[in-house]
Amino acid sequence: MSAENPYAITTKNLDLWYGEFQALEKVSLNIKDGIITGLIGPSGCGKTTFLRCLNRVNERYGNVRTEGTINLLGKNIYDPDVSLIELRKSVGMVFQRPNPLPISVYDNIVFGLRVHSPRSELKRSILDDAVEQSLREVMLWDDLKDNLKEKATDLQLEQQQKLCIARLLPLKPEIILMDEPCSALDVGATTAVEELMLTLAGKYTIVIVTHNMAQARRISHECIFMLLGEIVEHDRTEKIFLNPTNQKTSDYIEGRYG
Amino acid sequence: MSENEINSKRFTKTSLVLKKEFNEKLAKGIFFSMTLAMIVPLLLIVSFLIYKAWPSLSFSFIFDMPKNGMKEGGIWPAFLGTLYLVIISLIIAAPVGVMAAIYLNEYAKDNWLTRTINLAVINLAGVPSIVHALFGLGAFVLFAGMGTSVIAASLTLAVMTLPVIIASTKEALSAVPMTFRQASWNMGVSRWQTIQRIVLPNSISGILTGIILQVSRAAGETAPIMFTGAVVFVPIAGDEVLAYGLMDKCMALAMHLYTISTQIPNVPESLQFAIAVALLGVVLLVNALSIGLRVYLRTHRKW
Repeated sequence: MSAENPYAITTKNLDLWYGEFQALEKVSLNIKDGIITGLIGPSGCGKTTFLRCLNRVNERYGNVRTEGTINLLGKNIYDPDVSLIELRKSVGMVFQRPNPLPISVYDNIVFGLRVHSPRSELKRSILDDAVEQSLREVMLWDDLKDNLKEKATDLQLEQQQKLCIARLLPLKPEIILMDEPCSALDVGATTAVEELMLTLAGKYTIVIVTHNMAQARRISHECIFMLLGEIVEHDRTEKIFLNPTNQKTSDYIEGRYG
Repeated sequence: MSENEINSKRFTKTSLVLKKEFNEKLAKGIFFSMTLAMIVPLLLIVSFLIYKAWPSLSFSFIFDMPKNGMKEGGIWPAFLGTLYLVIISLIIAAPVGVMAAIYLNEYAKDNWLTRTINLAVINLAGVPSIVHALFGLGAFVLFAGMGTSVIAASLTLAVMTLPVIIASTKEALSAVPMTFRQASWNMGVSRWQTIQRIVLPNSISGILTGIILQVSRAAGETAPIMFTGAVVFVPIAGDEVLAYGLMDKCMALAMHLYTISTQIPNVPESLQFAIAVALLGVVLLVNALSIGLRVYLRTHRKW
């Protein structure tokens, strides 16, 4: 966390259209470095769309047009000299349904390294270290150290989702985006993944989209409430939940709509 | 009726339920008999062919030259010619078709041009083979000056099989879950790397199946090759595997069967059936090889 730039993500007047439909409208945000920021709001309010803007993977989904700026760590990611490969290495994403690749646990974790490193750096020992370190970081090492050759798609869902987080880590990301990472998990697994997120916060900036208000309250330090593509309120989580400024926010949090 | 009687009738079969149960059995029976109707003729055809061909079938039948105005002897030139045509046409059509399908499925944006191309591919797949034959005659034999030759016939077969290979490959590629691609893209992996490492390994067996089905088609079609490369008789050295050059005319099993059955009088009946069995055998052989390859690739995903 550098003193001169406390914000990992700064957007200014971000507009986004899917064809004719405007999904984001004048989104201006400052998301702090090293904390967990929750994105809440009813379905279709643009949370996931916004999240996908942050590593520009939106552009893969066709017919998307954006205006405005997104500054990540001091660099506008829409600058012409930005390499999408480098951007996406630093900004990883975790999905709603765990999506490990249909290869072994080991290969999943080193997948990114293998693709992004020159051949000379792909020594067995380096890869082994990366696997151990990443699995330790997500608290899977003790469970999986003897089954590294197991197919990742055969793991339990909780392990799969942790693995999906672990495989981002060898690329040394700075920001991790999570799109409802617990919605496919049971209670125990959710708790485990939430605990993991709290241990990762500080080291990484985490932005999490969630439908689960209680979850947002439990794990996020700051919350952003979105409605119909616009930011309604952005504040500390306690403030949003206990004493929201905007009437729409308080109505949503009380469950009057959504 | 007393309340007791009403209660005892609860949850029992009414006449409507009996009718539904009857319909259920009837539907199942009909579908099953249709399955039989598909398998029985196949078995009948194959056993009838083998029964009729039995007197002529032997190991040397395949490796001998036709003798006595093709009324006796073997089918070696035709057998070899069919292998040539099938293999060369696949060498041409498979890479082009697979790469085109990769482009259409993985890269092309969904716009009117892509949709037009997709529609064209589907329509091309339905063009009758005799039309392909005329196209091959015009384009390869006459315009490109290849004459009637192995290469002209192979190219014609390649043009015929290409759209189906594209369509089936696209099908196999789109069966790979989108989440695999998302996972890969979100790690900064480029499209081509994703295709290499994720999409192809997970679709290779489907792609091969599509290609292999075209083997049977290329081997069995007579129309596209009779104008472009296959002729009634070519004398070749019996022990020579590389007997045909690309610019030579060749014989082919399908064409040979047609000639023997319709153009030459007094051919022993068993000879015709033996040729049919050989044609069937070539197709089954290639299919079996490909199934083996698929099983191998499925168990050894690394490549």
